[in-house]
Amino acid sequence: MTKSDYHRCYTRDESAGMAAKLEETLAHVQVSLTVNGKEMQVAAGTSVAAAMMMASEPCRFSVEGEARASLCGMGICMECRVTVNGVPHRRSCQLICAAGMEVVSG
Amino acid sequence: MSARFDVVVVGAGPGGIAAAAVAAEAGKRVCLLDANPASGGQIWRGISAQNAKSYPHGAKFAAWKSRLDASGCEIWPGWQAVDLVALRRLRVESEAGSRDVEFEQLILATGARERFLPFPGWTMPGVMGVGGAQALVKSGLDPRGKRVIVAGTGPLLLAVAAGLASAGAKIEGIFEQAPLARLARFGMFTMFAQPGKVMEGTRYRLRTFAVPYHLNSWVRQAQGNGRVERVWVSIDGKESAIDCDWLACGFHLVPNLELPRLLGCNIRAGCVTVDDMQQSSVPGVACVGELTGIGGLEKALIEGEIAGWAAAGNPTRAMALNGQRRKQREFALQLDRTFDLRAGLRRLPMAPTVVCRCEDVTHNALAGCAGWREAKLHTRCGMGACQGRICGGATEFLYGWGPADSRPPVYPVRVSTLAAEIDAAGIASR
Repeated sequence: MTKSDYHRCYTRDESAGMAAKLEETLAHVQVSLTVNGKEMQVAAGTSVAAAMMMASEPCRFSVEGEARASLCGMGICMECRVTVNGVPHRRSCQLICAAGMEVVSG
Repeated sequence: MSARFDVVVVGAGPGGIAAAAVAAEAGKRVCLLDANPASGGQIWRGISAQNAKSYPHGAKFAAWKSRLDASGCEIWPGWQAVDLVALRRLRVESEAGSRDVEFEQLILATGARERFLPFPGWTMPGVMGVGGAQALVKSGLDPRGKRVIVAGTGPLLLAVAAGLASAGAKIEGIFEQAPLARLARFGMFTMFAQPGKVMEGTRYRLRTFAVPYHLNSWVRQAQGNGRVERVWVSIDGKESAIDCDWLACGFHLVPNLELPRLLGCNIRAGCVTVDDMQQSSVPGVACVGELTGIGGLEKALIEGEIAGWAAAGNPTRAMALNGQRRKQREFALQLDRTFDLRAGLRRLPMAPTVVCRCEDVTHNALAGCAGWREAKLHTRCGMGACQGRICGGATEFLYGWGPADSRPPVYPVRVSTLAAEIDAAGIASR
């Protein structure tokens, strides 16, 4: 890229091409987080609910103490509630994994 | 920033996107809210302008998304509508806090959720919805090498099985409760009325060609040590066990009626009743898509467009789409008939089977209750975090209970959201 490139406008196709390249790059970007104290890596854009399932960790424990995990995957059932960075009752299916996130069941 | 709009659209699935884009293109100030971090609803989950080509409904998404982006509509992802705090004033909450949005017209496009029926073992990790499995995989869950059983009822079974198989899962079987006669009638109807949909179904079936697709069949029980490992199924009257890692089980869809019910919209046979302009019985409130009958993508798009034109004050353009709408509504009726639940499924839960997952209320505890009110008073059924969203669909079918009333807030919210003083610009101060 030459210096003059910084100042020119991009056509729609060019910017779409760049966005596609960026997305392709992002797909290979891994994000590190901890789930119940264990470190794990997931692809950027992965939801916390998906990460919990891949870590084989339950999201919460029911009032009778049963282990529960994601059921509906779309923010309705509340079974995937977890504690994220100390904040309880976060719906993990509506939350994207971020670097350094600390997720705890229940 | 003012939070006053001509039109507020709740739900950024196909219906909401179409409504918002059409109204905004016509010059209205429009706000499109959705609780999810990205627009697209369930059917367009995970699709972006860049990867659209690789999805079955990607082209339609790309076209509508670019229309929406160019329309000047304000898009608020991650905002959950929780209450109507005054006439034409909606309170919304996000991670950042809460605020109010005022509107002249409200378009509800809150979509549908799966109906779940309780059976022994259904609360175990690894058991999820059919749409649930699809949503999780689109959100990054890796299905490669997983042995998956897909069961329940509805057109979603085949679509999801095909999607999971393409993503690398090993589908151990598809179990549809509907009998052959009904599916055959549905196939004939669709072939003449909407051949495109038959093509779509055929494509899904071809992709799962090696997988047994059983009709007249359903899950009896899920077993496992801490998570699902084996599923007992009834296949055409005979029982057998199949090992698996995941069980995806859902019984078609039910509309998300909490907001329309809270607003007082007339609801008949589980759906909001609307006129030719998609207007509900409440002035200024329109409902589109699954809310008015489970009919899928095309129905939602057409109804969204109609509501958008109506909100823009152009009834002529809205009326011009009526023929297409009629066709889609007819398809929705056929879906209802085809995937109607067989009475025998009422015997799925055993006495100790949990029906209300939030409060761990068993079938046994509910069997003696006359209705929702009694169940709530005596057992706390439906009073947990999901507010009866999951057990409501089950108790309606199992016990014939009518729906519980919708009370504000329609979602669990922070206390600060309830207590917020909202200033003139709609910004909450705490």
